[in-house]
Amino acid sequence: MTSEGVDIDKRRFLTQAAVVIGAIGTGAVTLPFISSMKPSAKAEALGAPVEVDISKIEPGQLIRVLWRGNPVWILHRTPNNLAILPTLDNQLRDPRSKESDQPKAMANEFRSIKPEIFVAIGVCTHLGCSPVYRPEIAPADLGPDWKGGFFCPCHGSRFDLAGRVYKAVPAPTNLEIPPYHYISDTRIVIGMSGGEESR
Amino acid sequence: MKTAFGIALLLFSFAASAVDSVKPLEDADVDIFDSDSVRRGAGFFANYCVGCHSVKQIRYSRIAKDLELSEDTMRREFMFGDVKIHDYFETAMSKADGENAFGVAPPDLSLVVRARGADWVYSYLKGFYTDPKRPFGVNNLVSRDVAMPNVLWALQGIQEPVIKKIGGVDTVVDVRLVKKGEMSPKEFDQALTDIVNFLAYVSEPSKLQRLPLGKYVIFFLVVLAVIMYRLKKEYWKNIH
Amino acid sequence: MASEKAKALLNWLDERLPVTKFWNDQLVKYYVPKNFNFFYFFGSLALLVLVNQILTGIFLTMHYKPAAELAFDSVEYIMRDVDYGWLLRYMHSTGASMFFIVIYIHMFRAIFYGSFKKPRELIWLFGMTLFLLLMAEAFMGYLLPWGQMSYWGAQVIISLFGAIPVIGEDLAVWVRGDYVIADATLNRFFALHVIGIPLAILMLVVFHLVALRTTGSSNPDGIEIKKQAKDENGVPVDGIPFHPYYTVKDLYAAVVFLIVCSIIIFYMPEVGGYFLEHPNFEPANPAATPEHIQPVWYFTPFYSVLRAIPNKLGGVMAMGASIVLLFLLPWLDRSPVKSIRYRGGIFKIALGLFVVSFIGLGILGTKPVTPTATAFARVFTIIYFAFLLLMPFYPRLEKTKPIPERLTEPVIPLSKREGRHWRMIERGLDAVRTSAFYQNTKARLAAVETHPYYQNVKARLSAAIEWLKTYGSK
Repeated sequence: MTSEGVDIDKRRFLTQAAVVIGAIGTGAVTLPFISSMKPSAKAEALGAPVEVDISKIEPGQLIRVLWRGNPVWILHRTPNNLAILPTLDNQLRDPRSKESDQPKAMANEFRSIKPEIFVAIGVCTHLGCSPVYRPEIAPADLGPDWKGGFFCPCHGSRFDLAGRVYKAVPAPTNLEIPPYHYISDTRIVIGMSGGEESR
Repeated sequence: MKTAFGIALLLFSFAASAVDSVKPLEDADVDIFDSDSVRRGAGFFANYCVGCHSVKQIRYSRIAKDLELSEDTMRREFMFGDVKIHDYFETAMSKADGENAFGVAPPDLSLVVRARGADWVYSYLKGFYTDPKRPFGVNNLVSRDVAMPNVLWALQGIQEPVIKKIGGVDTVVDVRLVKKGEMSPKEFDQALTDIVNFLAYVSEPSKLQRLPLGKYVIFFLVVLAVIMYRLKKEYWKNIH
Repeated sequence: MASEKAKALLNWLDERLPVTKFWNDQLVKYYVPKNFNFFYFFGSLALLVLVNQILTGIFLTMHYKPAAELAFDSVEYIMRDVDYGWLLRYMHSTGASMFFIVIYIHMFRAIFYGSFKKPRELIWLFGMTLFLLLMAEAFMGYLLPWGQMSYWGAQVIISLFGAIPVIGEDLAVWVRGDYVIADATLNRFFALHVIGIPLAILMLVVFHLVALRTTGSSNPDGIEIKKQAKDENGVPVDGIPFHPYYTVKDLYAAVVFLIVCSIIIFYMPEVGGYFLEHPNFEPANPAATPEHIQPVWYFTPFYSVLRAIPNKLGGVMAMGASIVLLFLLPWLDRSPVKSIRYRGGIFKIALGLFVVSFIGLGILGTKPVTPTATAFARVFTIIYFAFLLLMPFYPRLEKTKPIPERLTEPVIPLSKREGRHWRMIERGLDAVRTSAFYQNTKARLAAVETHPYYQNVKARLSAAIEWLKTYGSK
């Protein structure tokens, strides 16, 4: 094997250049493949914001809509419900919603834009069952301290009527509040907070 | 001698077959990057075509994004009935109604430009002429005995057939404008170009991404090729 | 130090898996003829295309729906709604056609240089099996978009099975899973296309490469380098290690190949209706037969043979024979020399006619049937079969040239070529070189090199490269 005058430096430089540019190219090629696995326009369409007419919801009534495959509750809270909420603070794990998932505007005590309309994702933050709406005060099965709220039958987690989780239950955080906003007094759009579609 | 025979044989293998049409298709000047034209075409489609034809492979939101139209414009111009922005651009005419009215349901046009060619669509829309024997009083130079009426007659005007005897049979070889429409022939041709541009866009919206992207990919590969060539030459210098 | 860690890792691996041994045996110490030319790129390019088809195929399968009512729309969904779905689709469709271009050239190389001859018959057999598998894979893949041509092309080809006497009809129904091409057919073709045939292809590629490794590569001169004199290291005098010489050369070829593919993918993915056929953009309609049913371009030569024979069963048998005969090539060919470089004139003319016929059959297969076209198809079919069946007789009719001891150039330069035609080409090239146009252009290009702007840019580029070099070596 002949090896007269092998220019090692030139070989090394060219090899390095080729490896670097080749690596950039290979990296660039993987991007479309990875991108193709992102939610497609169909998934985006199916996950698009949902418009809801809230004018016909009676006080105390809860309606459900589907958004991004999850049940979203829209509850018309009574003045009574709202009055009870501040009194529950010391029974709750996260009364100020510091560790829970909600849009910034909803980090208030009512966890909603307008106090009387409560919007939440109806999925227990423990393992994903959908809790039951129990507005009645002190029913037999829930005990005398029950002031109205949501009870998850799977493992017994309890939430108040602002979706805040009680202490000593399996669920770790308050119910998640989706982005939503009012487009009029009678219509809300779930999935979009005032102009920016949630991604 | 052998060479000549060899070349002749090769050339014969390329023998083309003659296409049997009396008037060749006209050249449609397609440019889906002309957004104004595509927008106008979309407008024509919404006014004249979507009554019967769907373009169900494309969503309103995709048109809005690619043609830079606001959601309000979309709702006003294109979205009829209770449709949402991400829905597909469909027609209100049911398949059954279409069959009742025309004998065959008006086909979906999402891919007509890819399937038949822009020139075909352009020439087809331009090629209607009066024919009292047809149910709607018109026939078409490009698609004989087509079931579709001439929806653009008000813009184009009325055309009559030009008949010649070919092989002893009366054949329609061309059309001739006999009554003017709202548009001059030049304006109408532009309108047709707009419609074909829109349909070409709907046939392949990703063309708007792939054409601009191509030059960067190829430039990068050319740079890499130059380096790889130098590398190869360097290593092979001492091989003889 | 990073390189010490790397060495330690390599040692750990070597104790458990023959990594270094494999690297040395198969790449660094594998000696390969030094005179491979353009035709020798296409094996590694085929491997590159195979990897492309598998990768893009996997990602397409994430979105494609293999049901008759959903398939067509799912392809449009990929083209429009899936991020970069259009790119995956075009990479896959372009790759499919490029696979056949690469393989046809690869096979031609074998016939041209006699690579299929002893002791490499098994490589050829594995390769021909791979060709059959590739055709099956492409045929089944083409049904998946469920367009008009998908449906009707499959309908025509599968009904050919019906021509087989006694069992034909039942066989066709069994293949389809129904009495016509239907949802059942689509589903099973999907299963075979996505995993069944690819597994078989991968296995056969391994066998193909191991068989090649066992005998070693042939070369444009058809000389066995293993029988040559060896240098002091026991290496054949005309052998060079595969790595780094052919790794670097094949990588360069791969990049150029990717440029060609990219031009197609980004600027002309349909290639005038040959890579993506226009009628296939209409959903399959069992009630409406398209005007012209034709297979995709890569099947047209064999389709032409089928159409040339006026009898249905005869046509099927001729089509089958046109491929089966190729399997027998190592035993049909009795020439004592491998490469065309040392064969006589009769074989060269015969091969030329064979190539013309193959291409001619291919072109005719894309066109509708006319009496003239059929006449030509029959002539070309006869030439195709004659070339193969007369193989045993060429050596008796002609004189071969003596084979040299040492390898010659990859490409024989024009001056060394013998024959009237080469002299004609030489005279033609001389005429061009002495023409006014050529001299003027040459002068103008030389003038560019003296232009200050060019000098400026060149100086800057050199400076940049020097800077990079010193920076890189630190």
